Amino acid sequence: MAIEIRNLKKVYKMGVERVHALRGLDLRIEDNEFVAIMGASGSGKSTLLNMIGCLDRPTSGRYLLSGKPTHKMRSGQLSRIRNEEIGFVFQSFELLPRATALKNVMLPLVYSRQHMFTARKRAKEALERVGLGDRMRHKPNQLSGGQRQRVAIARALVNGPSIILADEPTGNLDSTTTQEIIALFKELHREGQTIIIVTHEESVAGHAERIVRLCDGLVQSDLPAAKDPLHREYRRAVAAAAQVAAHEIHADKPGIDAEPKTLPEPVDNGSPTPTTRKITPSKEVTP
Amino acid sequence: MILIRVLFQTVFLAIGQIWSNKIRSMLTTLGIIIGVAAVIAVVGVLSGLEQQVLDQFEKFGTKRVFIGGKRPDGIRGHREWRQVQLTIEEVRAIDEHVESLTKVVPMWGGSYRIENGDRAIESVRIAGIWPEWHDIENRQILTGRPFSALDEELRRQVCLINEMAIEELNLNQDPIGDFILIAGRRFQIIGIVETIELTGIFAGEETSTEAFVPFATARFLLNPYGVIIPTWGELKSVDDAETVKQEVAFVLRTMRGIEPGEEDTFQVQVMQNFIDQFNTMANVMKAGAGGIVAISLLVGGIGIMNIMLVSVSERTREIGLRKAMGAKPMIILMQFLVEAIVLCLAGAAVGLAVGQGLVFLARTVSPEQLGGASVPPWAIGLSVGFSAGIGIVFGMFPAIKAARLNPIDALRHE
Ligand SMILES: Nc1ncnc2c1ncn2[C@@H]1O[C@H](COP(=O)(O)OP(=O)(O)OP(=O)(O)O)[C@@H](O)[C@H]1O
Ligand SMILES: [Mg+2]
Repeated sequence: MAIEIRNLKKVYKMGVERVHALRGLDLRIEDNEFVAIMGASGSGKSTLLNMIGCLDRPTSGRYLLSGKPTHKMRSGQLSRIRNEEIGFVFQSFELLPRATALKNVMLPLVYSRQHMFTARKRAKEALERVGLGDRMRHKPNQLSGGQRQRVAIARALVNGPSIILADEPTGNLDSTTTQEIIALFKELHREGQTIIIVTHEESVAGHAERIVRLCDGLVQSDLPAAKDPLHREYRRAVAAAAQVAAHEIHADKPGIDAEPKTLPEPVDNGSPTPTTRKITPSKEVTP
Repeated sequence: MILIRVLFQTVFLAIGQIWSNKIRSMLTTLGIIIGVAAVIAVVGVLSGLEQQVLDQFEKFGTKRVFIGGKRPDGIRGHREWRQVQLTIEEVRAIDEHVESLTKVVPMWGGSYRIENGDRAIESVRIAGIWPEWHDIENRQILTGRPFSALDEELRRQVCLINEMAIEELNLNQDPIGDFILIAGRRFQIIGIVETIELTGIFAGEETSTEAFVPFATARFLLNPYGVIIPTWGELKSVDDAETVKQEVAFVLRTMRGIEPGEEDTFQVQVMQNFIDQFNTMANVMKAGAGGIVAISLLVGGIGIMNIMLVSVSERTREIGLRKAMGAKPMIILMQFLVEAIVLCLAGAAVGLAVGQGLVFLARTVSPEQLGGASVPPWAIGLSVGFSAGIGIVFGMFPAIKAARLNPIDALRHE
């Protein structure tokens, strides 16, 4: 199994005030899963993902990554885990502005023990893998948003990590580009990569096998995408909208991938807690 | 292994960083630039001066010893000059008994009129010398021959003149065998002595007409009471500087009957002492310059620390990213340290260039005195090493700050 989290807590101290971002969360993720983490803003998604990526340390609790107890590790060992086991994709890409795409992708290999002598070759392969074989010498400001995120994904892939973590990877992208990036993730997953993404978009989450919904620092629901009630509701709504649109002449490509202009009021879906935001079909609604 | 690779990349990265912020880097390292330029210029010019002075000493011979009379300062011991001057017997005794001297030659000195036909020069320096003078004084005989023991013994009326005399006395181009009048007496010219150009602090009358006659001839014909100007000797080894003083003192105090506790009526000066004195002075000057330079480098170092702190906070996100990609704190520390060092070294390089320029300027402005000015390698090594040290010392705090950053906090930094 890839990830085992037990009773994970994270408390941020802000002066005298304490923010309980995670309140004893349990989660298991197996190898080769494609998981979407959802939840309202402030529910602790990023906090959780940062813990999984060993970017931050829990206040208490256990986190085993491939059986290794990361909560007991020193920062040097965590660096190594980040380098070898984790591939991180950020919402704002986080590319080095002065470096070419190739150099950016080579960055993790700079700090790697393996692949020292094949770094350039591997970086090229990774860029080709994400379809940017012809953009290696471009600097980030010479690339579109989608291309930049591809470079970031290539960088996450390059050291052959066991898990790819992405915190709202499509948050800064338009819908077409979002679909391209998601397609890329799906492809990687099909090839056996474990992928965990945090997202606000049901349309993105729908591509995952499993949706974990957080609420107030705890797992609220954890179901296969096909069985997740909120997601099913969303699909139904989209399908309905598509049907409405199909009657109009300019709706030519119905389906869950389409971005409906308007959505019908969500029907009562029997959501277990009213705190979770309801359907989040498009960016126009997300914060 | 990783460390070395990252070190390598970091150096290039740092150079790129400095290059893309040329003006800022320049201003930041101004302290270092000025400091290094100052050290290079001062040391370069000083070493040029030193070289020139030492060359002069060298021409005189570093093993040279002067022995002469000295009038004691005290009123009780007041004497006339005549009374304290070395006598020929004393010179002979020194020659015989002082082990640390290879040779001693007395010099008889005076100023007389020299004539050649209707050309005459008043008060030319005439030196009465032993033939051994030729062994001590490294002045070549250009044409003709040096004095021989026979000249001395027979008190021959022969003389050596320098090249200058040929011109000034309007002599033949080859005056060997010709006669001139010294103090009204006929002397035959037997040789031409090389003129030693003495420049700088030794520059004097040396370069005009000079004439040499055998010591005995001078005493006999010109003035039996003629002054014996400082007797010159040559040390066996430069290390004998102190020994020779003691030995000469023993001989002369005994001969002159100076009671213990009474002051010497003679003095012994060793060339090496002059050199040591000069070196001490030069070193004091260098140390003084070094102090000023140290302060300016310190100020430069604070500038470096400042800019590195700015750099760390400007690039906090980058640091976060690198950490997220697996860079260990040690590596981040090194990256910033290397950057500080490279910055300092870049400053040092500019400073070196400026300093070299100043030395070159000094050389062209005053080729007489500073023609030999050049920057010794140790000064370059020292200033480069010192600059790197400044980089390490003042880069350490910002680098530690960067290394300690929590990756996620750094990534969230706005
Ligand atoms: N560095 C921090 N210091 C203090 N509080 C923090 C810090 N990071 C997160 N928090 C708090 O922890 C809680 C969870 O934050 P987190 O970023 O995990 O939410 P999220 O689910 O990712 O939200 P969003 O969807 O807006 O990204 C929030 O209440 C937030 O205010
Ligand atoms: Mg978040």
